[in-house]
Amino acid sequence: MSSLTELSATEIGALLRSRGASVIEVAQAFASKEDTVGAFITRSAPDSEACARAQVMIDAGEGSALTGVPIALKDNISTRGLLTTCASRILSNYIPPYNAMVVDKLESQGLISLGKTNLDEFAFGASTETSAYHVTRNPWDLERSPGGSSGGSAAAVAAHLSPVALGSDTGGSIRQPASLCGIVGYKPTYGRVSRYGLVAFASSLDQIGPFGRSVEDCAHLAAVISGHDHHDATSLPTDPISARDLKTGSLKGKRIAIPSELFDDSAEPGVLASVDSAIQALKGEGVEFVPVSIPEITVGVTTYYIIAPAEASSNLARFDGVRFGPRESGDGHVNVVAETRGKLFGKEVRTRIVVGTYVLSAGYYDAYYLRAQQVRGKMAAKFEQVLSTCDAILSPTSPCVAFKIGELEGDPLALKLLDYCTIPANMGGFPAISLPCGLSDGLPVGLQLLGGISRDEDLLQLAYSVEQCLGVKITPPKM
Amino acid sequence: MANYVLSVGMEVHAELLTESKMFCRCQVAFGGEPNSRVCPVCLGLPGALPVPNKHAIELVMKTALALNCTIARDSVFHRKNYFYPDLPKGYQISQYGETNPIGYHGWIDIPTEGGKTKRIKIARVHLEEDTGKLMHLPGGGSGVDLNRAGVPLMEIVTAFPPDIESPEEAKEYGERLRQLLVYLGVCDGKMEEGSMRAEPNPSVRPEGSETYGVKTELKNLGSFRSVFGGVEFERNRQIAVLEEGGEVYQETRGWNEDTQASYVMRVKESENDYRYFPCPDLMPMHFDDAMIERVRATIGELPIAKWQRYQSEFGLSEYDAGVLTAERPWAEFFEACVREGADPKAACNWMNSDFARLLNETGQSVVAHEGRTLSRVTPKHIAELTTLIANGTINGKIGKQVFGDMFESGHMPKAIVEAAGLTQVSDTGQVDTWAAEVCAENPDVIEKYRNGQTNVIGFLVGQLMKKSQGRANPQLAQEAIRKALGE
Repeated sequence: MSSLTELSATEIGALLRSRGASVIEVAQAFASKEDTVGAFITRSAPDSEACARAQVMIDAGEGSALTGVPIALKDNISTRGLLTTCASRILSNYIPPYNAMVVDKLESQGLISLGKTNLDEFAFGASTETSAYHVTRNPWDLERSPGGSSGGSAAAVAAHLSPVALGSDTGGSIRQPASLCGIVGYKPTYGRVSRYGLVAFASSLDQIGPFGRSVEDCAHLAAVISGHDHHDATSLPTDPISARDLKTGSLKGKRIAIPSELFDDSAEPGVLASVDSAIQALKGEGVEFVPVSIPEITVGVTTYYIIAPAEASSNLARFDGVRFGPRESGDGHVNVVAETRGKLFGKEVRTRIVVGTYVLSAGYYDAYYLRAQQVRGKMAAKFEQVLSTCDAILSPTSPCVAFKIGELEGDPLALKLLDYCTIPANMGGFPAISLPCGLSDGLPVGLQLLGGISRDEDLLQLAYSVEQCLGVKITPPKM
Repeated sequence: MANYVLSVGMEVHAELLTESKMFCRCQVAFGGEPNSRVCPVCLGLPGALPVPNKHAIELVMKTALALNCTIARDSVFHRKNYFYPDLPKGYQISQYGETNPIGYHGWIDIPTEGGKTKRIKIARVHLEEDTGKLMHLPGGGSGVDLNRAGVPLMEIVTAFPPDIESPEEAKEYGERLRQLLVYLGVCDGKMEEGSMRAEPNPSVRPEGSETYGVKTELKNLGSFRSVFGGVEFERNRQIAVLEEGGEVYQETRGWNEDTQASYVMRVKESENDYRYFPCPDLMPMHFDDAMIERVRATIGELPIAKWQRYQSEFGLSEYDAGVLTAERPWAEFFEACVREGADPKAACNWMNSDFARLLNETGQSVVAHEGRTLSRVTPKHIAELTTLIANGTINGKIGKQVFGDMFESGHMPKAIVEAAGLTQVSDTGQVDTWAAEVCAENPDVIEKYRNGQTNVIGFLVGQLMKKSQGRANPQLAQEAIRKALGE
């Protein structure tokens, strides 16, 4: 029944509750589709026990919106008993003995895992090309990249290999691939989803979040995975994100800020045109657009590329071949560690570790890391200020549409600039969501809405209304 | 030969007496199967996150307050980055900086010769996590036991320039610190199990020189006697090196207990760059007045204050007060005796002599811990016993007998005295009768007395006491014998 894979997660949930299909039937429909885009690193057959448990919940009337719905997980989220590679050779045989908190939550709500998706090695990248295993292709054009680092999850959802997926977002790694693949990607407020079990890239920026083909699907998934967790000291003491009250509300009177720095000529004209037409449509619904200037945005990428590698260089120190993962041979501990890390980390990872080590070293710490944290604080304060009088900040998600695989390989700077619009949300911990607003040259364009800290419900409601207003329904051409 | 001045900085690490580890809920204990008390967090598995142990933070604050430190209002945990096989995450969570540690700029007074005290300044008291332990495997190769990894570890560092200037002071500082930590209940102080570790940094310089000499760092000191020996050895070694025109290298040296000599472990060629930065997995800590005062209220009277008070309030000697205050349970037992009405001096004498000896002989203690059983003797027993002696119901000699009985049976002294009829006889008629009997039974001794050997009185009094089964009032016995002899 191929039409099952055309349904949204919310529709599947409703179908299961009305006994229109069984949990195992739905899971198998997705699992049996061919992965022509290379979305998965580990694709697992649906666990029959998990399906049976979900079916029992549904039959007992205890299921919630997504009970029994299949899901794909980025391969940097720890899954007990299931290979978790971070797309790195240094974890090529690592099977975690424990579940990430989000995985426990998915299991308790009866979602069915379809496997682990591809990413840039340790989530360092914006194209999924630095994966040590294979490239992932964009369902809109197999010659093109799905973006990254959560490219596997984005491609899986866009190619209907899974109705929803989880990714992680450190500088745009959920929103940018969502934009390039024409789906919805949402990074919740920092601290509303537990990071416990997410293999850390940059701890102060990392956040797990959902992919879906609608705002509603993302909201339901966010409700499942969010909530305070005493295993994560940075977890906020707040309730789970509520997805119950999404309604087709009026946009009239909403105030949305548009920072000039995010609309300059660094973005492709086609992208700007698509976002601009969305702005015009929203104006027609009574949205008030407020032009603002946040000069700190222009140093966002620079700041990010100090803080993120600094934290990463320390977070990745535990991959020494001593306790888990493969180990290269060497003379004495120092050489074993050097050989293991030198041979099994990819080039991008090694580069960022070197950069991070440099900016933290004695004599440079104040000039780089400390300074970057100060800039970060200023930038966050400016965004807070704007958000105190506006409901959200709107911009393109990515300055460009999907690029060709290999196209930016020799241009590391261009790759890093892809995060220009998405980085500020991570710097300040703000929730932000990317949703499709149209096509440019036949490829999807995403617009980003960024909201106030912990006002995730308001942001989701706004995104839902914008989605309804724009009425953009895009699916990749048949593959 | 020039005169040299010794300076010793001290770093002391103390494992805290918490139920669970610093950043996870694994149990804290000694020994056990390797890697039996571990979890994703203390194993440093990918994705695992630290959650701070509040109790450990309070224990460090308690110590810092007792060491007269300033408490940081805002304090963060840093990552200290370096690779070592016993360090699972590739970094140790610790605290860096002058005024960031939970406590800083404090001091402790240590006793010196002639009843004086010397103030040793403390730079900081901070909280970190312990590392694992490397072990050589029987079949060759090495393994790592991570049971100890993540155990809350407090580091106490003396200020620079160092105040400690002799091996004696280094030992005294260590012992006083240990006593304090055990008193506060923050550490068990067991150097042999590694739960307390002292690392002195001795250096010497010619007298009058303003610049400090190159220091060496001493490790593997299993006792404060070794601290003394190690510092003394290093002082002499460094002086000898300098006298021969040589150079003292900055190096880490181990201590060999058998040869009583230090040896080079590793030479510090350059300072390690630990790339400290605030741990992004942990929120900054803020300590307000309410919390600081709440912790301060748990400290109680410190050993040195008790030691001084026992002398001034109870008139005890420096030595006796020192023995009573050496360990907190002993001091608390003593204070309970006084509260129950015991004469302080008498209670002190009983405790530090008969009671201490019997406890040692039988492996008992005034608190049940670590295989030692609880003694049946309570402060009430001691108080009652001293009262019986003070009011003349029994004499001191019978007291010893009663003490032995009550130690064994746990019966109250009064009951023992009554049951065995041990009451002191102060009836002069009865004592005189005994005196007459003794004189009649020992005509030869009386003869000696008559011939001028007056020292036989003691013998006769002894005979009287024996006749009374020890119950005669010794004072009256003396008088009765003298009377019988016609003095």
